[in-house]
Amino acid sequence: MPITLLVNGAERRVEAPSDQPLLYVLREQLDLTGTKYGCGEGQCGACTVLVDGRPVRSCRTPVSAAAGKKITTIEGLEQDGKLHPVQQAFLDAEAFQCGYCTPAMIVAAAALLNENPSPSEQEIMRRMEGNLCRCGTYPRIVAAVRQASSVARKP
Amino acid sequence: MSKERNALIDQNFRLNEEAVEDRDHGAIQRLAYGFELDRREFFKLLGGGVLVCAWAGPLRAQESGARARENSEDKLPQSIDGWLHIGEDGTVTVYTGKAELGQNIRTSLSQQVAEELRTPISSIRLVMADTTLTPFDMGTFGSRTTPIMGSQLRKVAASARDVLIQMAAARWQVDAAKLVAANGTITDPATRKSVSYPDLIKGQQLVKLIENDPPLTPAEKWHVAGTPIPKLDGRAFVSGQHKYTSDMTRPGMLYGKVLRPSAFHANLTSLDASEAEKLPGVKVVRDGNFVGVASPEQHTATRAISLLHAQWSAPQQPTEAELFEYLKKSSSGERRGNDQWGPSVYELGSVKEGLATAEKTLNQTYTVAYIAHVPLEPRAALAEWQEGKLTVWTGTQRPFAVRDELAQAFRIPSEQVRVIVPDTGSAYGGKHTGDAALEAARLAKAAGKPVKLVWTREEELTWAYFRPAGVIDVKSGVRGDGTLVAWQFDNYNSGPAAIRTPYNIPNQRIEYHPADSPLRQGSYRGLAAPANHFAREGHMDELAHMLGRDPLEFRLKNLTDQRLRAVFEAAARKFGWGREKSSASRGFGIAGGAEKGGYVATCAEVELNQGEVRVSRVLEAFECGAVVNPDGLRNQISGAIVQGLGGALFEAIQFDNGRILNPHLAQYRVPRFSDVPQIEIEILDRKDLPSAGAGETPMVALAPAIANAIFAATGIRLRSLPLVPEGLPKKG
Repeated sequence: MPITLLVNGAERRVEAPSDQPLLYVLREQLDLTGTKYGCGEGQCGACTVLVDGRPVRSCRTPVSAAAGKKITTIEGLEQDGKLHPVQQAFLDAEAFQCGYCTPAMIVAAAALLNENPSPSEQEIMRRMEGNLCRCGTYPRIVAAVRQASSVARKP
Repeated sequence: MSKERNALIDQNFRLNEEAVEDRDHGAIQRLAYGFELDRREFFKLLGGGVLVCAWAGPLRAQESGARARENSEDKLPQSIDGWLHIGEDGTVTVYTGKAELGQNIRTSLSQQVAEELRTPISSIRLVMADTTLTPFDMGTFGSRTTPIMGSQLRKVAASARDVLIQMAAARWQVDAAKLVAANGTITDPATRKSVSYPDLIKGQQLVKLIENDPPLTPAEKWHVAGTPIPKLDGRAFVSGQHKYTSDMTRPGMLYGKVLRPSAFHANLTSLDASEAEKLPGVKVVRDGNFVGVASPEQHTATRAISLLHAQWSAPQQPTEAELFEYLKKSSSGERRGNDQWGPSVYELGSVKEGLATAEKTLNQTYTVAYIAHVPLEPRAALAEWQEGKLTVWTGTQRPFAVRDELAQAFRIPSEQVRVIVPDTGSAYGGKHTGDAALEAARLAKAAGKPVKLVWTREEELTWAYFRPAGVIDVKSGVRGDGTLVAWQFDNYNSGPAAIRTPYNIPNQRIEYHPADSPLRQGSYRGLAAPANHFAREGHMDELAHMLGRDPLEFRLKNLTDQRLRAVFEAAARKFGWGREKSSASRGFGIAGGAEKGGYVATCAEVELNQGEVRVSRVLEAFECGAVVNPDGLRNQISGAIVQGLGGALFEAIQFDNGRILNPHLAQYRVPRFSDVPQIEIEILDRKDLPSAGAGETPMVALAPAIANAIFAATGIRLRSLPLVPEGLPKKG
């Protein structure tokens, strides 16, 4: 069925079964491949995007449920060639190794900071618990989010 | 036993150990590398400039007076590898068969080239892991990139610098020895003339062949290597722009999916594909036991698989409950098991005589479970056939071996196959094979279109290979003064890596016993080193407690290796070893070892609360010679500690009769944010020693340090990995 999505500020028309996970529509039809497949069961967080500002697992979100809502992916965080403060903080802290989890980590952290501009380490760890970094870069990720928290703006 | 004989046995053992390791990595013979582009084609591709080549394989030993010479033939010899090209715009392109998997070698290798070539790192571009463009490489494993590829590229870059200096000397008619290269420019201090590399090579199309080992810049004088340069293409990762294999597309590309058998070793007895074939655009392929589909959309491919009706027949297979007994039983007798190399034995003195002189003896058994790599990017491949030639993009650690796997599978010459590895979403030893590549290529061949295939997490946790499970028996003898006198160590199935003890023991027998593994198994970060360290360092701790000695003091009493002593002492000092006594709620443990040129000592603090075990602090001292990138090294060490927590505490593959019982992340627990302890890292930078790799060894002492800390707090000695999958067991 035809569905209209609002992705990163632009209206995008796609054709997909209503129950198809948003993840595949983003990746296959809109070429927004910064959002990753990691497990398909909502356990790893690699597919995290924002829907109306809230982090969701796009592998478990039917595309029809996101229709008409504001969807933000990693590609939508950078503005006018300037990295989002969370992206910049990840880069500065080198809070990644293979980088596969990184876009979703950044999206999840941006949502967290949007809600709570100065979270404690414990709060960061609790809110990011659903995002896996198999390279084990967690301490740097926490440090990057704390760094970004002082300069974060709304995604 | 004479010293010479010991040395000989030692050497044979090491050779055999390496052979087994290479087998573990699926090592293949060095192929005559065919440099396929002739000189004109190469320069057409790259523009003009200077191409620096070397004979295939390691650079030749120093030949007096020999210098890089110009190759006048238009056709380069088959045995020549092109390693480094300097373009007319000053861009330096370096070719290496190594793959970037998150270990940050794109940056660390570039640093080493920049260092020796005396050119800004921003001018360097690495072409990695492309079987058509890069020289042959056995694979990215074994912590070999830094010691072997690093020094190879340093030699190539130093030779290239020498070529440029020679060119400037010829232009100015001066003695080359008086010229200085720095920051991409050659200067004659006497005349103050200078020329930039691009100006020097403008209009040139030169091929220079390196024939000798150039002198290298010692680490004490490094300016670019040895510094914490940030990941070169980091921005592409934080912006989501980097394209992993799983993100790539080709025109007309289909999505592939494979029907997995009902159990391991199952045979397909019947297949009804009629329903699946009715779906629009779906192609079903059956070839022996392989059944797969290709479709223009991923979800249609998934649906098609669900509509296939297959019957499989699978043999009866061992259960998890009988695993360790099965491994020992299947290894009995010489050269049983599925290991073509057979067992490897190291003997020194006589364990029997040693035990006879011991005042105390100890006999214990340790076990480790199968665990999974769980790379966050699952196995993925994109295959495309064009006029009988096959190109596959895939995340693998061994592109050349995968090329040969593909060539064999499709019965085509390996020159017809090109494997390209985009920087990959991690591997940890788990991506040596070409499974996804073969599957995608088979489907693409049938469909006549490019096919991308990405494994699901369930497929990853079932059909990938696992870190071997194993049983390790240790028998030891010690004198009352704490001197070790006998050591017998028998490893069943888990592997020979780091099986030797670094402690001074006059009587030893150490043996690796290959066995039949019920599950598909292969290399995992560190190979068997974490397992062998778990058994050895756990046993050392048991001996120390049996003697009423401090575990650190007992180790140092039996240890003369200065590098290992240094990391033990550094770790103990920084951790504050012995400052606080373990209590029922808090325990401290220490362990250490050496492997692959790296030396590690790990101190762990655990907190116990009503049977819950939490690792609250880890301090690790690590030494791997001259550090190439201290920030990247810290990231690797910290990551190894975090990943190691999983195998130490709770990761285990459960199985029964040829089926995996926990193939989902909800069932197979890996470390998350809340599992992470306070991590402190103490790096000993030995600029006087060659650089060694660091991807693996930082992991090996973690599990025994934790087990020893749990014992110190509770008196419960845990001898199986994972230690506490369901919390602390009851005392007994």
